[in-house]
Amino acid sequence: MSDLTYETVARFAQQGGLIYFGLIFAGGVLYALWPRNREAFQRLASLPLQDDEDPDVQA
Amino acid sequence: MTSLPAPQSGAPRDAVLLFITTGICAFAALLATAFTEDPLFRLQGWIFLIAFLIALSVMTIAINSGRLRSRPDRYADGVVRAGVIATMFWAIVGMTAGVFIAAQLSWPDLLYFPEHGWLNFGRLRPLHTSGVIFAFGGNALIATSFYVVQRTCRARLAGGVWPWFVFWGYQLFIVLAAVGYVAGITQSKEYAEPEWLVDLWLTLVWVAYLLVFLGTLWKRKEPHIYVANWFYLAFIVTIALLHIVNNLAVPVGPLNSRSYSLFGGVQDALLQWWYGHNAVGFFLTAGFLAMMYYFVPKRAERPVYSYRLSIVHFWSLIFIYIWAGPHHLHYTALPQWAQTLGMTFSIMLWMPSWGGMINGLMTLSGAWDKLRTDPVIRMMAVAIAFYGMATFEGPLMSIREVNALSHYTDWTIGHVHSGALGWVGFITFGAVYCMVPWLWKKDGLYSLKLAEWHFWIATLGILLYICAMWVSGIMEGLMWREYTPQGFLANSFVETVAAKHIENVIRTLGGAMFLAGAVIMSYNLWRTIRMPSSAPSAQSLSGPAPALVAAQ
Repeated sequence: MSDLTYETVARFAQQGGLIYFGLIFAGGVLYALWPRNREAFQRLASLPLQDDEDPDVQA
Repeated sequence: MTSLPAPQSGAPRDAVLLFITTGICAFAALLATAFTEDPLFRLQGWIFLIAFLIALSVMTIAINSGRLRSRPDRYADGVVRAGVIATMFWAIVGMTAGVFIAAQLSWPDLLYFPEHGWLNFGRLRPLHTSGVIFAFGGNALIATSFYVVQRTCRARLAGGVWPWFVFWGYQLFIVLAAVGYVAGITQSKEYAEPEWLVDLWLTLVWVAYLLVFLGTLWKRKEPHIYVANWFYLAFIVTIALLHIVNNLAVPVGPLNSRSYSLFGGVQDALLQWWYGHNAVGFFLTAGFLAMMYYFVPKRAERPVYSYRLSIVHFWSLIFIYIWAGPHHLHYTALPQWAQTLGMTFSIMLWMPSWGGMINGLMTLSGAWDKLRTDPVIRMMAVAIAFYGMATFEGPLMSIREVNALSHYTDWTIGHVHSGALGWVGFITFGAVYCMVPWLWKKDGLYSLKLAEWHFWIATLGILLYICAMWVSGIMEGLMWREYTPQGFLANSFVETVAAKHIENVIRTLGGAMFLAGAVIMSYNLWRTIRMPSSAPSAQSLSGPAPALVAAQ
């Protein structure tokens, strides 16, 4: 492979990395802000306060 | 390893499996100890052999008396209680080693025996760093992760008797590493000093830990995985990855304690600091953030300030941290672009770190009065403040021009300790102060007044420590770069060492105060455990809530 130089590999890694991380970060923010998740997150925010009280857990 | 049907219907299968595995390991240890020609290898072989024989005897008794049968309707808290005791035990050991080597830096003749190396600074320093990071911090992480994952998943720990293997296997790793350091076994990689044999053992223990944690997540009754578990999982998975890659090595022989790293030169250096910085990022940060996200809301009786922020905190933290390592190699053979990359990502870390700090502190909103009344909450709040301070200072020091002054000086030591004593130490103390009355079914701590004393002595100790290190670090950094008009270096190295004697003494005092706080805490916890129990048993998964510690 004659065209597989350091420059091409580095450019692919840099641009690909930028897009890859940008997309993952956008995905994380979208998940956090998605309106449908609001209720679940509000419940989860106080999960540590309720976790011993829930009576319906029988293994 | 081996999958056998349980021979007796009485004994649980997981215990029998563990028993047989231990027996095979004991036999292998016996052969290795007998046939090796390396005295250091033989020393470790003896430790393995004794540990496996003790384990076999204990398990024989336990299996025969039916004690290893697990109660699926209850949380597995025995291993968490053992973890709390181990945490405090290793805290005292690791911090004592720290105070001792700080005293050696102040008074170099202290217990220095030229003909015997055991108490040399070079051997005791890894004993201190591993003692506080891996023994104290690691036990705290394993214990709290086992506590938190059960509560937030509403499920008993998976794996039957295997969580006990994780606990005791980890203690064996600590003993092997510690004895090895004192005897002179090291592969000279910072925070990764244990040699290949001990590394392999830790890998085994760590995979078991990962499987127990994943198995518990797998059988959770709660549809969502609570954010603290994400942080714990990132910690466990990343440490496995870092540990295995950084320790890839070829042993000198199968029965020899030494090995050669698979990497050399600048690649070895980069991998080492990829490991080293992520030991900070994932061991000392992500795991303890998991503690913050469970114990702060629980103790303050307030929900997490913003669950959304905690999600963004998690994903941005883990994706950025992994790139920051090269900032340890400024002005070295590492290519300039790689140094700049590490520096840039370190500066970007300001965002998730401060997002997390704000999220932790603001969880106290509506409960600010508890800062005044409850020393445990105050300890955790100060921990979060130190987290913010250390994660501000770190990116600052990663800037190449700042690093030119700070690198190799005591400034770095001070920075590490504001994170280690302030953040890791205090959030752990807070979590342990919370957990002990819950685990041993007590109404509260034996004495909040003693906790108050612990808080103030330790806080003052940290301040003495880090202020002394700022002064001595910047002073020696400036002295190293001072030139005479003729272009010669103005100071010899030993002059810069002599110049910081008084700061070293202050540092020793600060460390001793922090250790004194941990001793007070251990006494307080011991008295708490010996108090009469509160009325109802809260251990059942379906039972009533364990009494929250009343903030008197």
